Amino acid sequence: MTAPIAPTPRAVTQQRASLLRSVLRQPLGAIALSVIALFVIVAIIGPWIVPGDAYTAHLDAILLPPGTDHILGTDPSGRDVLSRLIIATRSSMLGATIALVVAAAIGISTGLVAGYYRGWFESIFSYGASLFLALPSMVVLLAARSVIGPNLWWAMVIFGVIVSPAFYRLTFATVAGVRHELYVDAARTSGLSDVRIIGRHILSVVRAPVIIQAAGIAGVAIAIQAGLEFLGMGDAKLITWGGMLNDGFQAIYRQPWLLLWPTLALVLISVALTLVANTLRDVLERSSSARRSRSSEQAPAVYTIPVGSALSVRDLEVAYGNHKAERAVVVRNVSFDVAPGEVLGLVGESGSGKTQTAFAILDVLPGGGRITSGCVALAGKVTTQAQRAHERGRSVAYIPQEPMSNLDPSYTIGAQLTKPMRKCAKMTKTEANANALRLLTRVGIANPERVMSLYPHQVSGGMAQRVLIAGAIATEPDVLIADEPTTALDVTVQAEVLDLLRDLQAELGMAMVIVTHNFGVVADICDRVAVMQDGSIVETGDVESVFDRPQHPYTRELLGAILDDASVRTLPSSTTTNGVPS
Amino acid sequence: MTDPLLAVEDLRVAYPGRGFRSPDTEILHGVSLDITAGETVGLVGESGSGKTTLGRALLGLAPVTGGRILFKGEDITHADKAARRRLTRDIQVVFQDPYTSMNPNLTIEQTLTEPLRANGTSKRDALDKVATMLDAVHLPTDSLGRYPNEFSGGQRQRIAIARALTLDPSLIVCDEPVSALDLSNQRRVLDLFIEIQERTGVAYLFVSHDLAVIRHLSHRVAVLFQGDIVEWGDCDQVTARPEHPYTQRLLMAAPLPHPVKQTKHRADRQRVLAAQREAELQSGA
Repeated sequence: MTAPIAPTPRAVTQQRASLLRSVLRQPLGAIALSVIALFVIVAIIGPWIVPGDAYTAHLDAILLPPGTDHILGTDPSGRDVLSRLIIATRSSMLGATIALVVAAAIGISTGLVAGYYRGWFESIFSYGASLFLALPSMVVLLAARSVIGPNLWWAMVIFGVIVSPAFYRLTFATVAGVRHELYVDAARTSGLSDVRIIGRHILSVVRAPVIIQAAGIAGVAIAIQAGLEFLGMGDAKLITWGGMLNDGFQAIYRQPWLLLWPTLALVLISVALTLVANTLRDVLERSSSARRSRSSEQAPAVYTIPVGSALSVRDLEVAYGNHKAERAVVVRNVSFDVAPGEVLGLVGESGSGKTQTAFAILDVLPGGGRITSGCVALAGKVTTQAQRAHERGRSVAYIPQEPMSNLDPSYTIGAQLTKPMRKCAKMTKTEANANALRLLTRVGIANPERVMSLYPHQVSGGMAQRVLIAGAIATEPDVLIADEPTTALDVTVQAEVLDLLRDLQAELGMAMVIVTHNFGVVADICDRVAVMQDGSIVETGDVESVFDRPQHPYTRELLGAILDDASVRTLPSSTTTNGVPS
Repeated sequence: MTDPLLAVEDLRVAYPGRGFRSPDTEILHGVSLDITAGETVGLVGESGSGKTTLGRALLGLAPVTGGRILFKGEDITHADKAARRRLTRDIQVVFQDPYTSMNPNLTIEQTLTEPLRANGTSKRDALDKVATMLDAVHLPTDSLGRYPNEFSGGQRQRIAIARALTLDPSLIVCDEPVSALDLSNQRRVLDLFIEIQERTGVAYLFVSHDLAVIRHLSHRVAVLFQGDIVEWGDCDQVTARPEHPYTQRLLMAAPLPHPVKQTKHRADRQRVLAAQREAELQSGA
């Protein structure tokens, strides 16, 4: 059983819809993309739509305010500001594009090679990338200008080289991440050449993050370029926004308006590029922000709960999603009782709702999931959600499937064990430590002092599961819920953990619910068993009667799928085996 | 005795240590076994035993530091890229995880035709072949235009088997191909493996941690423990009457799916463990 995944029926179709359409569906994305499109169009058709003379000085029309002849006024040389702005769009956009293309070409290709082959490529390219990152780009550009002269295009090429590490790092990290995906190995064993593997399987993974990065880099390139021109380091013959800023700055006391227009253009395009990058990220890395909904459990009077039952579940229904149309019911009409000292096995295949039932009892349903009807009773009393949340970790304990991912890697095992004791049971530090040592000894850990000081990655999976069991029994709970407690463990360790659980259960008289798909585990530890299929319990009974006389066809099918050890395949031809090594 | 299809002789695999001058980590310490054409050799072991590494070494995906791998008499231990690409026609693989072994961005048709196209088959022939393969693994032909995430784990594993079969290999390395599957799917996929073997005569190196699965499918079984083969022989003997203490522990640890049998099995296990401890104490003293 894998981790529970909240059903998202729309996710698949949205993934397929083209990226552009997804961005356009977001209002901010649509506006920002339109702004960028407008700038691109102006850059392309600029020379043909200019209303006035952008180049020739007119001494009779110096610094005119905005008016009918010159919509945005004129500059200190009497040239039409709107025309200059339009012409400048072309050079500014072109400059940014050059920087972007150079950066992407260098960064992505080296990132792909370094990420795929690692080794020497990685060492050399990563060293180079760090070197470039350490260089202050403005200083390098100023130095370059003194060597190659005032050429905007070369400056942008150099800037592209300087910022290429941004693409390199991103590509490298992404490629290194998928390099060991099984489908890449599968492609290699299919006989694909490296070039085809990179082109077919790896480039597609890099695409999305690179597009996001590109939008950001384009904004930076435009800003840097404007900065250079503003400092007067640009090509005087070329009209650019930075150059116009410089002109406007010179005349700031006589005509403050002049600064406004190029600034506005720069701000608009920068904000639009940033917004597009953000929208792209939101669309590509869509995080479901499903709010946790309150449960609507039924009034307690409706259900009869047997006296003396440790845990009772009645007509439990668990659903995901709020709207009727997209609501997915994952558990329906589930009812069972567990007496003190009894072990109930909840068996079923993946997606049968067994883990969801356990999570509902513990009140730890993932985001978007909630109990839509039915109730959970503890010690014979129907509980509210808040009561169950309070009892969790006190009278109700939980053992998870993946021991490693349920321990925090940044704290020692001792710290993780004693913290809840000090917090919930109000123990002092020494008391908690002594208690933790006692518990670790109880769960069969030979050297508890040493284990207390270790971090989770330093112990084996079986040891981690013992630690979690120690934590679960710390409060001597009445009910223990174990979600596939041995699935992630080796079979020899599984046997030991099952022995331990059986001993502890007998010693503490706990009621236990074991969620599992393994009939061997059921046979080993359970008194009763409930078989789940598609969210409902199809059969409940004593372990022996269910194994010997299964009533429901689904139970029979499951039991029939167990690999019996009667038949052994015979050799196709007479082969002799080598001797058994001693 | 016929020449084996594949022979592994004293194979050692070590991964370079992390960091400067740190020692290498040896995963396999000299492992030998052989596989005859049309045969299933089961490789059983727990996590960290090196069973997956052995499979990957055969595919050229793990760094071999010693010993030899002979395929049809030819030494393929350090086959170069060109030779390795030729070998893909003979040695194929089915991985454990049906969710990550297929590129989620490619359709089933693209995934399945990939090995054929890479080996120079025309597009038309590749499509014909793929349709036959889907049929062989009992999937509908209209699956071709769909993406991996539209299939269940069991169906994906069938697609992975179809991909391995497209080049008509003589050996398929199966790395825990059913351990991610539900019980009923597991049974069906295992039976599919047997059916395909009986029809095509392909040999399997079947890697698993589950003795029941190994027993269901294998002709001969090797038990791997901490990088060494501790027991190697006939399936029935190894899985029912093991001689090595570790194999005995492994066999006794797996719970039997019946309460009465399991109660007895558990008692047997305690007895075997006690006897082994006793023997260990005596040999130590």
